[in-house]
Amino acid sequence: MKTIWIIAKREVNSYFDSLTAVIMIVLFLGFSGFFTWISGSDIFFLGQASLRSFFGIAYWTLFFFIPALTMKTFAEENKSGTIEMLLTKPVTDRQVILGKYFATLILIAIALALTLPYVITVSKIGNLDAGGTFCGYLALLLISAAYASIGLFTSSITSNQIVAFLSALFIGLFFHIIFQIIAGGMKGFLGQIVNYLSITFHFESLARGVLDSKDVIYFASIIFMGLFLTEVSLSKRNAFN
Amino acid sequence: MDIVIENLTKRYGVQKAVDNISLRVATGEILGFLGPNGAGKTTTMKIITNFITADEGEVYIGGRSLRDDPLEIKRHIGYLPENNPLYQEMPVIDYLEFCALINNIEKHRVAGRVAEMIRITGLNSEKHKKIAELSKGYRQRVGLAQAMIHDPEILILDEPTSGLDPNQIAEIRKLIRELGREKTVILSTHILPEVEATCDRIFIINKGRLVADGTAESLRKKAQGSDILRVRIEDGDIDQIFKALQSLKAVSMVDFADRQKNRFDVHCRSEEVKRDIFRLCVERNWVLTEITPFETRLEDIFRELTMN
Repeated sequence: MKTIWIIAKREVNSYFDSLTAVIMIVLFLGFSGFFTWISGSDIFFLGQASLRSFFGIAYWTLFFFIPALTMKTFAEENKSGTIEMLLTKPVTDRQVILGKYFATLILIAIALALTLPYVITVSKIGNLDAGGTFCGYLALLLISAAYASIGLFTSSITSNQIVAFLSALFIGLFFHIIFQIIAGGMKGFLGQIVNYLSITFHFESLARGVLDSKDVIYFASIIFMGLFLTEVSLSKRNAFN
Repeated sequence: MDIVIENLTKRYGVQKAVDNISLRVATGEILGFLGPNGAGKTTTMKIITNFITADEGEVYIGGRSLRDDPLEIKRHIGYLPENNPLYQEMPVIDYLEFCALINNIEKHRVAGRVAEMIRITGLNSEKHKKIAELSKGYRQRVGLAQAMIHDPEILILDEPTSGLDPNQIAEIRKLIRELGREKTVILSTHILPEVEATCDRIFIINKGRLVADGTAESLRKKAQGSDILRVRIEDGDIDQIFKALQSLKAVSMVDFADRQKNRFDVHCRSEEVKRDIFRLCVERNWVLTEITPFETRLEDIFRELTMN
């Protein structure tokens, strides 16, 4: 656990040192702030004391924001060869993966925490549904955790950050919309299964304020699969090492 | 701690990068790992440091197999990988702190160890700079510092002096020599004088196979067979001198080394030959101006063993 924390701390520092973190957070707050407060179907347009519109926006911004964060985690180390230096220290592959994973989650948590003023503002305007807001944030954290695990995996299979970014988006796209579209054209049991695979389906039920163990299990399985595949990929010590 | 390698084999596809290598390095020994590019030096080092696993064979470090407890064994190894990969965006001091922490050094000892390493490697003026801003020589020192920060009993150094200037090379060699008194060191290089200057033993591999193992001296003996003397005799007719030398009993063969300067390479059968040559010159009134034992250079041995 200590080792994981040491690695995570270094990763978080390197996110901030390289300004990736700052740029990403500014972009995330800029986009979600703009569409939540100023433009489109914003809070004033809806006329309700609810953060639903923010969750809807953040759902999309995070989809792009997370692959951009995770793309360098392994790809950069594969390219510069530092992965060899790191893995020959007294650490296990799993500790390295978890350290990098938690660092990404910490950064996302910071980004989400910076939107807490939204919560305060809206709760001053009207009667904010506390349970619904909590579930909304939880849903954002869970999809972030799922996409981060996918991003970590795609970063571990390449030494090119752009490839890592695009393949994470490509895989993410299936969960984000494609499964939902496919399910729309199917009927019965099969349609239900494909629909169950869609992140949107689970996100919407959570964002509505319904906390169901089915959704949590769904996200947990994606996270587990992502991290598991990362470990398999890392253990192969690809040719570029 | 000693290192024992038994029948190590590593394949990349059909090609064998390391082919059935066995090797034993005793505690306090500095082993020079030599070989042309692509001979399998780096692969072997990656296996010893547990970055990759061998297809066949075992590595025992301090009597324990690498397969059984890699985490514990890695604590005793300091490794400088090829091309010295470092986190470029980190300041030197932060990077060394990270390396100390990840090597399980207690928190209160970290600052002391980092300061000690900075002193030993002479990084004091650069310690707050980012690694990306350092020159290659200083980066190499950071690489060495991170390998030694936890005071490991085994040091594996892949081309430790590449990119350094002659003064730095001399310093690093001295450092390795000092460390080698109590630590087990394996260093790879293709700079041959480096091996002679720092290593107790030389291990030459080619195409993944062991081709020579021994001290620099023993390798020379083996390669050259008989002793050779380079002799220069003046004030005489060159052909007469040649014939006279060849007629000596202890001489097996004479070559012209340089006709203009009356230089000969004398292959000798026994130690007596130097005296015989001297007496010969006195008898005939020739002047003996040079007589040097001619050593086969390590380069020649290396070329002979690794060129097919």
